[in-house]
Amino acid sequence: MVLDPLILSRLQFAWVISLHILLPAFTVGLASYIALLEGIYFATKREIYFRISAFWTKIFAVSFGMGVVSGVVMPFQFGTNWSRYADVTANVLSPLFAYEGLTAFFLEAAFLGVLLFGRNLVPRWAHFMSALMVAFGTLLSSFWILSANSWMQTPAGYKIMDGRFFPENWLHIIFNPSFPYRLAHTVVGFYITAALAVISVAAYLLRKNRFSEESQVMLSMTFWLLTILVPLQVILGDMHGLNTLKYQPAKLAAIEAHWNPEARAPLILFAIPDAKNEMNHDVIEVPLLGSIILTHNVNGIVPGLKQWPADQRAPTAIPFFSFRLMVGIGLIMTTLIAMSLYLRLRHRLLNTLWFLRICQFSGPLGFLAILAGWITTEVGRQPWTVYGLLRTADAVTPSLTGMNVVFSLASYMLVYLIIFPTGVFLMARIVRKGPSEATSTTAPIEGGQHRSPIDTLPEQTS
Amino acid sequence: MIIDFVPLWTLLLGAAVFFYVLLDGFDLGVGMLYGLAPNSATRNLIMNSIAPVWDGNETWLVFGGLGLLAAFPLAFSIIIPAVYFPILIMLLALIFRGVAFEFRNREATQVTVWDRAFCFGSLVATFAQGIVLGAYIQGFKVAGRHFIGSSFDCFTWFSLFTGLALVFGYALLGAGWLILKTEGELQKAARRQGRWCLIAVIIAIGVVSFWTPLSHHNIAHRWFSWPNIAYLSPVPIVTAVIAFFEWRALSNQSEIAPFAGAIGLFLLSYFGIAISLFPTIVPYSFTLWQAASASDTQTFLLVGTMFLLPVILMYTAWSYWVFRGKVRADVGYH
Ligand code: HDD
Ligand code: HEM
Ligand code: HEM
Repeated sequence: MVLDPLILSRLQFAWVISLHILLPAFTVGLASYIALLEGIYFATKREIYFRISAFWTKIFAVSFGMGVVSGVVMPFQFGTNWSRYADVTANVLSPLFAYEGLTAFFLEAAFLGVLLFGRNLVPRWAHFMSALMVAFGTLLSSFWILSANSWMQTPAGYKIMDGRFFPENWLHIIFNPSFPYRLAHTVVGFYITAALAVISVAAYLLRKNRFSEESQVMLSMTFWLLTILVPLQVILGDMHGLNTLKYQPAKLAAIEAHWNPEARAPLILFAIPDAKNEMNHDVIEVPLLGSIILTHNVNGIVPGLKQWPADQRAPTAIPFFSFRLMVGIGLIMTTLIAMSLYLRLRHRLLNTLWFLRICQFSGPLGFLAILAGWITTEVGRQPWTVYGLLRTADAVTPSLTGMNVVFSLASYMLVYLIIFPTGVFLMARIVRKGPSEATSTTAPIEGGQHRSPIDTLPEQTS
Repeated sequence: MIIDFVPLWTLLLGAAVFFYVLLDGFDLGVGMLYGLAPNSATRNLIMNSIAPVWDGNETWLVFGGLGLLAAFPLAFSIIIPAVYFPILIMLLALIFRGVAFEFRNREATQVTVWDRAFCFGSLVATFAQGIVLGAYIQGFKVAGRHFIGSSFDCFTWFSLFTGLALVFGYALLGAGWLILKTEGELQKAARRQGRWCLIAVIIAIGVVSFWTPLSHHNIAHRWFSWPNIAYLSPVPIVTAVIAFFEWRALSNQSEIAPFAGAIGLFLLSYFGIAISLFPTIVPYSFTLWQAASASDTQTFLLVGTMFLLPVILMYTAWSYWVFRGKVRADVGYH
């Protein structure tokens, strides 16, 4: 068997980024949540918000650390495995990556230290500001990286010379056609993911009858947030799909497993796509609904894969199933929200045991949806790295041999399989301990000096 | 009119890489010396001395990489594939040492897996960076716009030697940092370790200074031809003076001088390499101008950088200031 550096590099990229994305998916939302809690605590001085915030900050520290180390791996992938992609696209994409570093990574890193260790070393407003800056940094990070990714999906504002991309209009490059939808849908997805994780932990603590006061605050607050965000996410997803139909029709045809372009198209709920014979087996479908959802018109035309030569089609089955998984999870989340509203109206949201049980087990749903969504997006883009312009096969580093990549892929797998379970285990241990009874003034000081630098504050002099 | 921004980007990128070497250099160095700590209390102290700042330090690595991609993409797409394995090893080692901050059990009295991960992660990452440096000085096999050698070309006796040299160099920086942040026995130990590292560093600087011109004719020509030799002779002389001053500082009571001296040694070595290779950025194949990105790209990024970099330096300085002074033994992590 010949080892193909291309396939292996794709696998390696999929592996390292899928595990990286799980952490931003959690920390983007959590950072905002912590900033919110710190804000409420700053304004009201109620200790309960301090305790909740301190609890989540501990979990945040672990997940953020993992996010950083798995993130540092990412830009180097562009050089090690995708050097031709780097060479060809750098004029357009590299400033976006570099701006992510300049606006986001430095900001997060500097204020993270103060957020985690500086509570008793700086005035309260400065600590709150640090929490805000970290949260803001994670959002800026999402902004730039999603802009870069969206440009690869729907390139704009460029010209091509000597086989390389050159910038023509930076606004068109950054705000390319799919970017607003991708940014909104992904960031809302991140908030939902973090919110469900918070709910899951709160439900667990409530069921164990521990730290009930804190858990009730967490649960109630977070369900309000989800009540807004989940329906919003479904609407954003629909708009995102319309955008895909317009700019990446071949991807959309793969997502829907449509082989022939047709008006009055059905919506395929389930099927086994068969790329060789260009058809589906075991189809379950709803007539007309495909055209209605995708074009908002019964007579709308839905594209079919046969419009493109076989070497320009994505591997249909993967985006087809991953998309259905994501949408399925979206519907489950909607049901969960409906149940929570019903129970809340009857004042039973916080003490219905079977519901708490469901909540506890819905913790992983957001993560699954995020992964499924990204697999739809990225595999659906194949065989292109820059949609329609740069083939994945032309993006890979020419000097690599199959054995090189086998070795690196195996190393990344081994290391991540050690690091990630350990991280999850440690976070689970923090959850089992629950929020501490500590109050703000007895919180430990870290790493600094004997006295607080700013003595003007009443809490600091104790 | 198009302004040539290449010199400015060369300076900016050069500064960013130097910042990385300095900042992550001392915290990787601290990580290596961590392995020599006698007990759990000292280990906590050593780790706490860098816990609030390591993430920011490592960010300069990311920025250095992305800055290279942005300003000199051709260099990025040739150099990084050429050092495929050292980069892989460095990244994996950085993962282990990075998570060790959070994963380590602070109550444990014996040495645990994550203590080892922290120390060896720092060591291996440094060694790998040194290999990258050595491979860089030796140059790469290039055809057209691509690296065409094998992924193993970068492992040579020379690059293994620079790997070792960097280990002692970073450890010297780390010792300087520990002298600054600790007191008593721990500080004494750091001074002792620093002196050993300094000896190794001086030997390494000497060896590399002879080895490089011996194996690269044009570098020899640059250094030893008249009148260059007259202009450049201050470099080795100042290096010798700083080395002498550093030895004194490690042995007397001064707390900041050892760190400053180590920085001085790094700065001069860095200069030495820059003088040898300028104006190439892919040594012996492409100059800075040939490898530069489109001038629109450089301009677009420069506008933001000129504004953001001072802001970054300000808040980074603030975060260091918050944690200034000696680390205390009687405080917990979280
Ligand atoms: C909590 C997470 C989550 C949930 C519940 C949903 N999605 Fe989603 N979806 C994402 C998280 C996500 C994502 C991970 O954020 C993706 C991947 C790339 C992107 O832009 O967003 C995504 C991609 C994505 C795409 C691919 C766009 C493209 O790449 O061309 C479409 C068409 C949808 N979504 C549509 C939906 C619909 C109709 C949903 C309704 C039930 C839905 N999503 C629920
Ligand atoms: C949707 C995709 C991505 C998002 C939203 C995202 C977001 C983030 C966020 C919020 C962080 C901060 C750490 C954390 O919160 O866990 C982070 C870390 C990082 N990410 Fe990603 N990321 C994505 C993909 C990528 C890719 C493709 C790259 C490669 C260019 C990358 C490079 C990095 C780096 C280098 C770090 C470490 C930053 C540091 O040193 O502080 N990320 N990412
Ligand atoms: C964070 C969520 C993401 C996930 C889960 C993800 C997943 C994947 C997967 C599965 C592939 C391999 C596709 C295939 O070969 O069939 C891939 C390829 C790739 N992705 Fe993403 N991706 C993500 C975000 C990004 C971002 C933010 C960028 C860049 C800004 C990016 C850039 C690339 C590149 C350069 C490749 C390799 C070339 C290619 O296969 O087209 N990805 N990604």
